[in-house]
Amino acid sequence: MSRATHPLVLLALVVLAVLFGRVIPAWTLSLATVAASKALVALGIVVLARTGNVSFGQGLFFAAGGYGVALIANEWGLTDAVAQVLIGAVCGGLLGLIIGPLIARYTGIFFGMLTLALSMVFYGALVKTTVLGGSDGFNVGRPTLFGAVFNDPREADFMLYAVSVVATGLAGIFSTILFRSQFGLTSLAVRENNLRVEYLGTSANRIVSINFAIAAVFAGASGALALMAQRHIDPEFAYWTTSGEFVFVAVLAGTQSVAAVFVSALVLELVRSFSNLYLPNTWQLVLGLFLLAVILFLPRGIGSLWNRKKRRVAEPPEPVAVQKEEGVSP
Amino acid sequence: MTPVLSVRGLQKRFGAVVAADNVSIDIPAGQKLCLIGANGAGKTTFVNMVTGYMKPDSGAIELDGSPIGRRSPRDVARLGISRSFQIPQLFIELTAAENLNVAVSSAEGGKLSVAIPADSGDHRNKALALLQRFDLKGHADRPVSELAGGVRKLVDIAMALARRPKLLLLDEPTSGVSAEEKFATMDRVIHAVSEDAATIVFVEHDMDIVSKYADRVVAFYNGRILADGEPSTVLKDNEVRRYVTGGAR
Repeated sequence: MSRATHPLVLLALVVLAVLFGRVIPAWTLSLATVAASKALVALGIVVLARTGNVSFGQGLFFAAGGYGVALIANEWGLTDAVAQVLIGAVCGGLLGLIIGPLIARYTGIFFGMLTLALSMVFYGALVKTTVLGGSDGFNVGRPTLFGAVFNDPREADFMLYAVSVVATGLAGIFSTILFRSQFGLTSLAVRENNLRVEYLGTSANRIVSINFAIAAVFAGASGALALMAQRHIDPEFAYWTTSGEFVFVAVLAGTQSVAAVFVSALVLELVRSFSNLYLPNTWQLVLGLFLLAVILFLPRGIGSLWNRKKRRVAEPPEPVAVQKEEGVSP
Repeated sequence: MTPVLSVRGLQKRFGAVVAADNVSIDIPAGQKLCLIGANGAGKTTFVNMVTGYMKPDSGAIELDGSPIGRRSPRDVARLGISRSFQIPQLFIELTAAENLNVAVSSAEGGKLSVAIPADSGDHRNKALALLQRFDLKGHADRPVSELAGGVRKLVDIAMALARRPKLLLLDEPTSGVSAEEKFATMDRVIHAVSEDAATIVFVEHDMDIVSKYADRVVAFYNGRILADGEPSTVLKDNEVRRYVTGGAR
């Protein structure tokens, strides 16, 4: 593990990012909070994508986390931000643990469509459930932090920013360790050739399920963050366009770098904010063009800018007896 | 003595095509058995059924006396049967060492630690040792996509060896290797495999390779066993010459 990505160094970066919130303009705080929250879901999609599967329905876990926290907050008066993030993560994770093993056997477009379908079923159920506010949703109270109440809007924004950055930062550190681990390597192997993984004696479905649950935990925690930021929840949390935005961030980032996910989420929010400001009627067009440009010039995502595979292509290896070209018959 | 692998009355049909027709084989420990036959004779179907990829329509497959005919490839691998493939089945964007690393970690009970980096520690050393057995250490950190076909073939076989199997099935280990390099490749494979004293079943089309390396030959034709015995006997069999080797010898 290089020094630059040692967990303690990354932890120090998270602390710095939190302190940075004290000096940046007020309007950027909420933007950064939203970006961090979206990055958390997108990070989960990247974790899952390393097994070769893309979820188009992370809105399901995002909404599960948000609704779970909102219900507990309203019923039991639990307003602590850290507790809410943890509860959101647990809600998303539990749902992920149930759904993951059921869909892990599917791959490619079937996997993606199943996740999308499940999120839309959940959306439909939420819309029809009047006790949860139906399509209007319901409101929740202002979050607190370790008993402290934040009445000053600037302080409240900073608290939310800090909680979002810490939660997303910790998820980023965990993902960095995960990607480099034996488990992370086997996840890539599943993406490359899941049948061979099975022939080696490892369950590819189990690897996918675990990654799926991790992605669900991240999405659930993010749902809690979004709930705290908006203090309102409605079925839009589970709608397919919400899931689409997370995939958008993940596609921008690529699967090579954790940092790229944060950069992509921030860039996306900046592009969205400025294009909304200067081109209010065509900001989606600007976003679309931006995505096209990234796909065209950085097909492996923004992360490929600084994370080019370090391959030792130094000296050609000594000749071996079998150097015939690719004449393998099918 | 119980054979390592015992196959009894194996049947498999794909519509009108009979891929296995009452196939029965006992393979004692330590034997190097070669399966020969024309394309579509049923060799790979046999390998696929033994490794759990295909389920036989009827018949029994036993490993060390225990039935395995309905098990998945994963279970079969855990019980001690490994295979390599006619077309190497590798993790193409990973390096050769990483491919072996995945195989080694799978072999060690599938305990996939999140805390231990993949590129350090015991698994990496074991992966390099396996590559060394095939004189491939120089290729360790090269992505498999950059390796020549013959080298990939050896990496594929090395991965199958990671689990130290009781029975190793090699599907055409010399296909894609130039004629002049076939013996060198096979020498390397046999030498590498001999360290684990595994029983070997290999599918081969080159009768010179068959004569040199097999203890026993089973000839397939239209899903049934045409001949079974020592190479010198089977390769001289009239039916084998007619339907399999085409009078090659």
